Amino acid sequence: MPYEWDFSFLIQYSRLIAVGAAYTIGFTILTAISGFTVGGLIAMVRLSGTRLVALPLMAVMEVFRCTPVLVQLVWVYYALPILTGVELAPSTAAFITLTLYGASFFAEIIRGGITSIDLGQWDAGRALGMRRGALMRRIVLPQALKRMIPPLVNQVVLQLKNTSLLSVLAVPDLLYQGQLITSATYKPLETYTMIAVIYFIILFPLTTLAYGLEKKLAR
Amino acid sequence: MTDTAMIEVRHVKKSFGTLAVLKDMSVTVPRGGVVSLIGPSGSGKSTLLRCLNLLAIPDEGRIRIGTHVMEFGKGHRMPKDRDLAAFRSKVGMVFQSFNLFPHMSVVQNVMEGPVTVLGRGRDEAREDALRLLDKVGLRDKAEAYPDRLSGGQKQRVAIARALAMNPEVMLFDEATSALDPELVGEVLTVVRQLAAEGMTMVLVTHEIAFARDVAETVIFMRDGYVVEEGPARQVIDAPREAATRTFLSHFHRGTSSPAPA
Ligand SMILES: Nc1ncnc2c1ncn2[C@@H]1O[C@H](COP(=O)(O)OP(=O)(O)OP(=O)(O)O)[C@@H](O)[C@H]1O
Ligand SMILES: [Mg+2]
Repeated sequence: MPYEWDFSFLIQYSRLIAVGAAYTIGFTILTAISGFTVGGLIAMVRLSGTRLVALPLMAVMEVFRCTPVLVQLVWVYYALPILTGVELAPSTAAFITLTLYGASFFAEIIRGGITSIDLGQWDAGRALGMRRGALMRRIVLPQALKRMIPPLVNQVVLQLKNTSLLSVLAVPDLLYQGQLITSATYKPLETYTMIAVIYFIILFPLTTLAYGLEKKLAR
Repeated sequence: MTDTAMIEVRHVKKSFGTLAVLKDMSVTVPRGGVVSLIGPSGSGKSTLLRCLNLLAIPDEGRIRIGTHVMEFGKGHRMPKDRDLAAFRSKVGMVFQSFNLFPHMSVVQNVMEGPVTVLGRGRDEAREDALRLLDKVGLRDKAEAYPDRLSGGQKQRVAIARALAMNPEVMLFDEATSALDPELVGEVLTVVRQLAAEGMTMVLVTHEIAFARDVAETVIFMRDGYVVEEGPARQVIDAPREAATRTFLSHFHRGTSSPAPA
């Protein structure tokens, strides 16, 4: 007998699902902003060439780039408090982890964007008498940001997908709410299908945007 | 005539790593003078020009432009970003590859220095920019973006951009080398006009005929030294040094392009 699909029971959980979507989107936006900010600072330090600061930073970044987010998440939540003696709320641990994980990738995107700008542009700005700040703000960053947009959007897409890992810390994101609904209804097929569809509905416009921008900016 | 000199370079040395590019350079350019630097590739012409506006920081020596003096070497501290910027704002530079700002329109390119560096008002800066664009024959391109311009037009915008800062001197590093032959003339015309107006200029150029015509003084450099320096016609028509003769023999008399091998 074929399986009889029935999504109607999910209506009564719409509030729960809305909260989950809000957590997922909220965490993505917050950690995209904080990750971009921290990543930008790291990129500036690396570009300014003070190796004494840059080297340890690069080491920390490599750790975040070369370990799974899930491992980082449980490490920050369960292991870090043993070292620091400070208990972290699940969402705080999640915020810290996703910020640093994002920052380690954003930093490379930003640095790559800045170093891709022709040295002649720096020369021309300097020759006019621009100081470092003005040169960055007026000449380099406007051009670099344009080139960074497609990889930045891609990174935000990954960042959103990574929020699904927060469910292991019982942060009520979309996936976690799905797990709650499943354990109450024993209907994983409909529930998880719907969860996947919601992720898709959020992400598809973003990836389309990234693709479109990539094509437009490549010209 | 040191007191009337606009540019004074004294014993400037510059190395990149172990490569000594400028070995004790001294050059003087009088106020309103036009000096042309010629020499084989790698002789240090660009490096000298970049030292003149401190895009490259000399290891040793002294550079004076107008009333602005910078000294380098033992006993002198590395100049600060602020001092470098102030010095450079007095020196206009035009590059071989134009280096226009591609994200700004032509008129914005020309206004950028006055507005960002000098803090001038936008309206006033725009008016000045349009006047300068008129001067280089590009007023009708004011709202265009650089990627819509020919090489000759780009270089004329770059000249207007440098002039907008009201520089005391102008430096040209092979300003016509990246241009198609038929576009060289329009840029040289602007340079000639500046010379006539009394702008102090240093031109690095392979346009030997132009150098002979516009510059009062020609300096032939090789391996980081001045080999020969003198009145333009004398150095080009009757060089004293064998090295200068050899270098000039690569150019047809009266034309600017290197002779075919
Ligand atoms: N930033 C730098 N770092 C290392 N070496 C450099 C740098 N700039 C110039 N050089 C070297 O210094 C030497 C002189 O270069 P420079 O550009 O001043 O020569 P040039 O006379 O302008 O030559 P060309 O006619 O080819 O433009 C060359 O050997 C060049 O490779
Ligand atoms: Mg050169």
